[in-house]
Amino acid sequence: MSTDGVRATVLSVLGEIAPEADLGAVRGDRPLREQLDLDSMDLLNFVVGLHEALGVDIPERDYGKLATLDACVAYVQERKTP
Amino acid sequence: MPILGADMTAGTLVAWRKQPGDRVSRGDIIAEVETEKGLIDVEVFASGVLERIIVAPGVTVPTGTVLALIREDGLAGATAAPGAPPSPAVPSAPRPPVAPPAPPPGPPGSRQRVSPLARQAASRLGVDLTAVRGTGPGGVIRLEDVEAAAARPAAAGRPRLDPGRMRQTIAAAMTRAKREIPHYYLAHTMDMHRALAWLAAENARRPVPERLLANVLLLKAVAVAVREVPELNGVWRGERAEPSARVHLGVAISLRGGGLVAPAVHDADRMPIGELMRALRDLVQRARTGGLRSSELSDPTLTVTSLGEQGVETVFGIVYPPQLAIVGFGRIAERPWVVDGAVVARPLVTVSLSADHRVSDGHRGGLFLAAVERLLQTPERL
Repeated sequence: MSTDGVRATVLSVLGEIAPEADLGAVRGDRPLREQLDLDSMDLLNFVVGLHEALGVDIPERDYGKLATLDACVAYVQERKTP
Repeated sequence: MPILGADMTAGTLVAWRKQPGDRVSRGDIIAEVETEKGLIDVEVFASGVLERIIVAPGVTVPTGTVLALIREDGLAGATAAPGAPPSPAVPSAPRPPVAPPAPPPGPPGSRQRVSPLARQAASRLGVDLTAVRGTGPGGVIRLEDVEAAAARPAAAGRPRLDPGRMRQTIAAAMTRAKREIPHYYLAHTMDMHRALAWLAAENARRPVPERLLANVLLLKAVAVAVREVPELNGVWRGERAEPSARVHLGVAISLRGGGLVAPAVHDADRMPIGELMRALRDLVQRARTGGLRSSELSDPTLTVTSLGEQGVETVFGIVYPPQLAIVGFGRIAERPWVVDGAVVARPLVTVSLSADHRVSDGHRGGLFLAAVERLLQTPERL
């Protein structure tokens, strides 16, 4: 999947978690937690959503690698690359 | 109209999920009401046949108002439903609505004109005709208008929260709490390293959707510990504080856009940890998207609030009336801790208790917090 495709899917999963958010205004280099007011339950739902949408199994120790949108996209692409 | 929390005075009937003649069983969702806490599913507390709907959609009524009559199985007469207080069992007439649901459709003083088909449909669908605006010639209400009105609540889907109204409700409950409840406050810092080590190992073997959060361990420890100090778990009924034999843990959930609700996880002390996690996820989702059940808002016997994710170290909670205590979790953070005479880094959390001094004393509150700490040292048994 292309970088744009992964980014669109990640944003779509975030949209399910924070439906009121203006996803177009999310900055790729800023922490998602701050921008979208996410808590640990949201983060868990985000990981579950990525798992269901993209088939990536993200271990708990890697949650820190999902801090920003850019980092998320890079991480998911790396995990999906065989 | 069930009371769904301290200082709730009224609610608006949004839609009926059952119609006259339908069978209903205890626990079925019979209606949706709108309150300061969003759109709530109202459950029925009797089994039988829905005999008559009294309050039409769109009408705001005070708490305690009978919404409908149910003919209970094996009884000759109909009983009030759902969950109305013991009196009046069968009212001779429903109380008048608190506020009109919508502007009158016709000019002032004019008689509402309704087509026969529309009137039949309104009766069948439980639509309040005074809330329907007619689109027919001269403002006559047509069948299509009634069907559109009946479909409207379902289309809304999400809670129509009014942050100002919710703030007023919270203000009223907290003012009452501070005025009436003589609080005492205790805090206890606990070592979480065993709990977190167990959690990490457990999550490594669990499929992604089944993973646990640290908070669920804390919730379970509180639910089990409070059985040892029952005077912290219960509600005031009139002039008496009544400890509850069951632990319905109210979980404070912040809502996007402001405000909070604290619905109950029923029998949290008896749930296996995985089940408790699923219940918590479901509760948070429904709290934020609509669909909480009336019993979840009216049943909590002890509330827990967690503010650690905002960096808070210690919570000084206010008891939510008519409950007897509230437990707060601060941030889990690595700090110096002395173990066997040596200073080591350990993940610590401060668990606090605010309780009603009319019902319990600090000694008992301290025993409760000690029990929470003890339980967290053997997380595999939670």
